Amino acid sequence: MKKGILLASALIAGMFAGSSAQAAGRDYISIVGSSTVYPFSTVVAEQFGKTTNFRTPKIESTGTGGGFKLFCSGVGVQYPDITNASRAIKQSEYDSCQSNGVKDIVEIKIGYDGIVFANSKKSAPLKLTRKDIFLALAKNVPDPKGGDKLVPNPYKTWKDIDPALPNEKIEVLGPPPTSGTRDAFVELTMETGAKSFPFIHDMEKKDKNMFKATTQTVREDGVYIEAGENDNLIVQKLEANPHAVGIFGFSFLDQNADMIQGSLIENESPTFENIASGKYPVSRPLFFYVKKAHVDVIPGIKEYLAEFTSDKAWGNEGYLADKGMIPMDKTESEHFAEQAKDLKPLTMKQDK
Amino acid sequence: MDQPATNPAIDKVNRGLKRRYRAERRFRLCGATAVFAALCFLFILFFSIVSSGYKAFQKTFIQIDVFFDPAEFTNENLATANFPALIKASMSSRFPEVTARRDKKDLYYLISPGASFQLMKLIKNNPALIGQKERIWVSANDDVDMLLKGNIDRTRPESERRINDKQLAWLDTLAGEGKIKKTFNMAFFTLGDSREPEQAGIWGATCGSFYTLLITLSLSFPIGVAAAVYLEEFAPKNRWTDIIEVNINNLAAVPSIVYGLLGLAVFINFFGMPRSTPVVGGLVLTLMTLPIIIIASRASLKSVPPSIREAALGIGASKMQMVAHHVLPLALPGMLTGTIIGMAHALGETAPLLMVGMVAFIVDIPQGFTDPATVLPVQIYLWSDSPERAFMEKTSAAIMVLLVFLFLMNAVAIFLRKRFEIKW
Repeated sequence: MKKGILLASALIAGMFAGSSAQAAGRDYISIVGSSTVYPFSTVVAEQFGKTTNFRTPKIESTGTGGGFKLFCSGVGVQYPDITNASRAIKQSEYDSCQSNGVKDIVEIKIGYDGIVFANSKKSAPLKLTRKDIFLALAKNVPDPKGGDKLVPNPYKTWKDIDPALPNEKIEVLGPPPTSGTRDAFVELTMETGAKSFPFIHDMEKKDKNMFKATTQTVREDGVYIEAGENDNLIVQKLEANPHAVGIFGFSFLDQNADMIQGSLIENESPTFENIASGKYPVSRPLFFYVKKAHVDVIPGIKEYLAEFTSDKAWGNEGYLADKGMIPMDKTESEHFAEQAKDLKPLTMKQDK
Repeated sequence: MDQPATNPAIDKVNRGLKRRYRAERRFRLCGATAVFAALCFLFILFFSIVSSGYKAFQKTFIQIDVFFDPAEFTNENLATANFPALIKASMSSRFPEVTARRDKKDLYYLISPGASFQLMKLIKNNPALIGQKERIWVSANDDVDMLLKGNIDRTRPESERRINDKQLAWLDTLAGEGKIKKTFNMAFFTLGDSREPEQAGIWGATCGSFYTLLITLSLSFPIGVAAAVYLEEFAPKNRWTDIIEVNINNLAAVPSIVYGLLGLAVFINFFGMPRSTPVVGGLVLTLMTLPIIIIASRASLKSVPPSIREAALGIGASKMQMVAHHVLPLALPGMLTGTIIGMAHALGETAPLLMVGMVAFIVDIPQGFTDPATVLPVQIYLWSDSPERAFMEKTSAAIMVLLVFLFLMNAVAIFLRKRFEIKW
């Protein structure tokens, strides 16, 4: 018995000693952030780990907001070095970084991601406009009888919105509000779609809060189904229900082109070329942010940046493009590669 | 005494007999149906997992003739040589008619990007190969693997397949020459996670689970048993021990995510332990399994008859001797069973580990308690969310492995119970 107790206490002591020794120095890069960037940064990390003598970075998928929260908690080995984001850093996040001593942040844009509206191959492809999407999914829409009045969304079928669309129940599977994809989708389609109504367009200047509420509130009467963060699940559900439409990132369409098809938006289909050239309207930039104070403390950060910003990774023919990321054009990628090399910190005015 | 059955009570019983038999049959039928339904669900679960996962235990390889060109190995450090170029050269020499840039890219795509690491290892182990031509089996790309396993339908129009017509033709040529084979997928059991499905394995997650459970076991078993022995044998029965008992029972029912939040606040934010490591994961799971072990241990201590205690005390043993020499050995099988079931519970747990950062992409196999690691159920969760189709069968295969571990642990628990349990 005594021996057992001794052994156990020795083990516990050893563990704590081990953990404090480990906290003193970390020999691998710690990355957190967006689940949209996760499939891309993991490819780079793996390549980096296998071709260099550094250890493979650890990448947690915490979501964009969760990533910034961890990233901005402070400077020191227990905090992550890099955070991935599927949108640019917000002023509030920047301020929280500053107040926690994370002064110099380097922003690197890595490419674009298209958001697609897709349905099963078993039914006909949809031809949508952003206005259609707004009318189909907003909680309150302009009165179909005319006038500048908002009424609870009366549309039940696609045909109600536009006679050219199929006579099928509107049923959309999409990400929950915690997701960066949802933020981007609301901003890029619903907001733009809503602005095609002049009175909503005017509202933006007059009453910002009202404008936000009108354009960003998704209906809650069962038409929009929150299908969780798992895009694979949405794809499988679309396959089972040919009448439903799903919202997810381009790479999932790319991988499942035999089962699902992307809807045309403003007459543009979501193909690699159309998203890259900017013709397809619903695409958003992807970023990662580097804590400059960590660069010389944690081994390998500079080399990781070099790998990520190399042409064989994020270039037109690079391995990230093979995984479904939409690369930037030449001048833009050169600009950000330069920024990664010089570690030029982001400057945002700080309101105290 | 041959008296006909005129007793009114017996008559009444006889009249109701049929109805009672019927009721009993119905009751039994209900029970049998419930068992049948449960078995059906179990069967459906196993069938869906096994049918979508069994193919993952096989892997496609392509044979190529690689010439280890001495011109590539000029640098002192052999690992810096351009191994992908060697593979490309070998593919080009096999299909010399492919010249267009686009086509070449499609051709090289057939071979997994991991093949160059295989060559690197080969050269590291045997530098004498430089300058020689070798016939090597390298792993095929995951899309090729999916095609050969029938998960990509080759009758679909070209634009809907991830393997185009030209690639199909090349693969058919190679298959005709016997240069494509499917063998047992060793990589799945020996490698860590990867974003290339053909190189992804569960060994990293298995090691992570092992280290995590080791911490959990070495903490929760002694603490749990000590707590149970004290509460059962030594503690006075008063209001305080009642409160403690109620609270332990309550803790056993607390959702596991709560322990994750507690672990995040205490171990990571307060004690500053490193995120994503088996130490923190193990501590969190210790908190979670402790109540289970305490409850099971107390139950098994209770089942030791008081006569044994009294006999020990009667011949002059001290209370501690009574517990250590007589009660504990008799209660131990039950305690171990409870512990193993608690461990099995901990092995399948994901939610609390989400909070302490064990949901992470980790390629390197963890070497100790403070290396970043994931565990098996988390690996399943991560793979289920990957876009590549090949990860779907990997997910099911990993579930199968996890189930095998759970069965083994439960089997050990049953064995211990059967072997050592003493019926009073």
